[in-house]
Amino acid sequence: MPKTIKEINERIAKGKAVVLTAEEIIDLVEEKGLDKAAEEVDVVTTGTFGPMCSSGAYINIGHAKPRIKLGGGKTYLNDIPAYAALAAADLYIGAAALPDDDPRNKKHPGGFEYGGGHLIHDLVAGEDIRLVATAYGTDCYPRKKLETWINIKDLNEAVLFNPRNAYQNYNCAVNVSDEIIYTYMGVLKPGLGNANYCSAGQLSPLLNDPLYKTTGIGTRIFLGGAQGYVVWHGTQHDPGVARGDNGVPLAPAGTLAVLGDLKQMQPKWLVGASLQGYGATLTVGIGIPIPILNAEICKYTAVKDEDLYAPIMDYSEAYPQCKPGSLGKVSYAQLKTGSITVDGKEVPTASLSSYPKAREIAGILKGWIQKGEFLLTEPLAGLPGPDSGYAFTSLPERPIE
Amino acid sequence: MTSKRIVLRFPPRLINRPIVSDLVKRYDLEFNILKAYVTQREEGLLVLEISGTSDACERGLNYLAEVGVSVQPLSQDIVRDDDRCTHCGLCVSVCPSGALALDRETMMVLFDNEKCIACELCIKACPTRAMELHF
Repeated sequence: MPKTIKEINERIAKGKAVVLTAEEIIDLVEEKGLDKAAEEVDVVTTGTFGPMCSSGAYINIGHAKPRIKLGGGKTYLNDIPAYAALAAADLYIGAAALPDDDPRNKKHPGGFEYGGGHLIHDLVAGEDIRLVATAYGTDCYPRKKLETWINIKDLNEAVLFNPRNAYQNYNCAVNVSDEIIYTYMGVLKPGLGNANYCSAGQLSPLLNDPLYKTTGIGTRIFLGGAQGYVVWHGTQHDPGVARGDNGVPLAPAGTLAVLGDLKQMQPKWLVGASLQGYGATLTVGIGIPIPILNAEICKYTAVKDEDLYAPIMDYSEAYPQCKPGSLGKVSYAQLKTGSITVDGKEVPTASLSSYPKAREIAGILKGWIQKGEFLLTEPLAGLPGPDSGYAFTSLPERPIE
Repeated sequence: MTSKRIVLRFPPRLINRPIVSDLVKRYDLEFNILKAYVTQREEGLLVLEISGTSDACERGLNYLAEVGVSVQPLSQDIVRDDDRCTHCGLCVSVCPSGALALDRETMMVLFDNEKCIACELCIKACPTRAMELHF
């Protein structure tokens, strides 16, 4: 008997909804079968907590007296350059931003100890942030300099707005060269010395909704410890990649653009990260609820690590040079054992995405829904699906003569 | 037989004395150098694993203290900030001694500082900088 989101919300409001995490649904489906499980369960919660580089926040600092137009000038927050090309008092902080005097990779591999991601974490943690701005001055905005402490509690708005998060599946990165390399997938030792992956697998939001049947624009989610929303498909959304019989992509595919009130979020779920030799970023906690409207949706949420596969990609040559082809595929179940076999060699594995934190997020979201604090939303529009023709293309470079 | 992992700090005046060889000759201790360098203040820093009878270990350590070498157990030196650790597991593959390992049931990162050789590889590998050096 199919359900509607409205019916599920009525049960949530009464505190009667049956909510399981994406791990728990696996056992229930095995025990009771798909139809029975789909009938009993209202919502399955997912979670992921990993470095998501295409993240950032916009803030409005309020108007100084006399007024200053930050737009078109330069603004720094804790020495991190903020994007100041949005009117007078709006700024955007990108997770990958670095202080002008950061040595970057001049002494390779750089440490990237403090970047935009760390700044966002400090802002959310309620720490005072040092703002230094210069502007060109106008008749209506005469001031040319501003130096002040700011604090999130005094900002008019502080909004996390991440253009690309929650990648649906990701590469397992290795290094076939004979030199160590430092990548956004971590340090990769030569000669297939290690393999790093980055997905929560069976807990990961879009691996539980592979065809975007329930997640769409307007879906309310767990974002950084508060309630947020899916606002668009993410950049580089690539729904048309090869998929397995279960509908799950065999390569990085769908992505989400997400937004939420930074003032409500918690520093625990937005953590600055430094990737040696690569850069600074933000580790973001996201959890998406999936309404179990029918048995088909239930089946997708019961997907197991052994049925989810990551492509093994060489990051010494194939990835940087955009050469197609992988070194094979490997299941998340195998990745989680700590060792995989590539070209006949046993390779130790590690994850950039935290599975225990993904589990914690799915549990928190489950608690919110059970207590009636979090109602599900009907998507306003769907995300481009596998048959939409929507695809991620590389840059058609046209050299400038 | 016991073995201990220790951090030794040599003041500049002791740098030219063959103190570690005394541990071998006088106290019949075996040693394995885990790390050695001279700091900018010309203080020598040596991380050793010594092994011998427990009596010899004790007498050797007393000797080091008498000549003016500061001695500290190694396990105090690499510390994990549990508030910062997200248990991603990235440190596990760079740890050469197995001090950092994943509990495959819970997928939590376990840190056994008895096994730690203070190589410091985890410090830069950790994205959230949860591993700290406290020399």
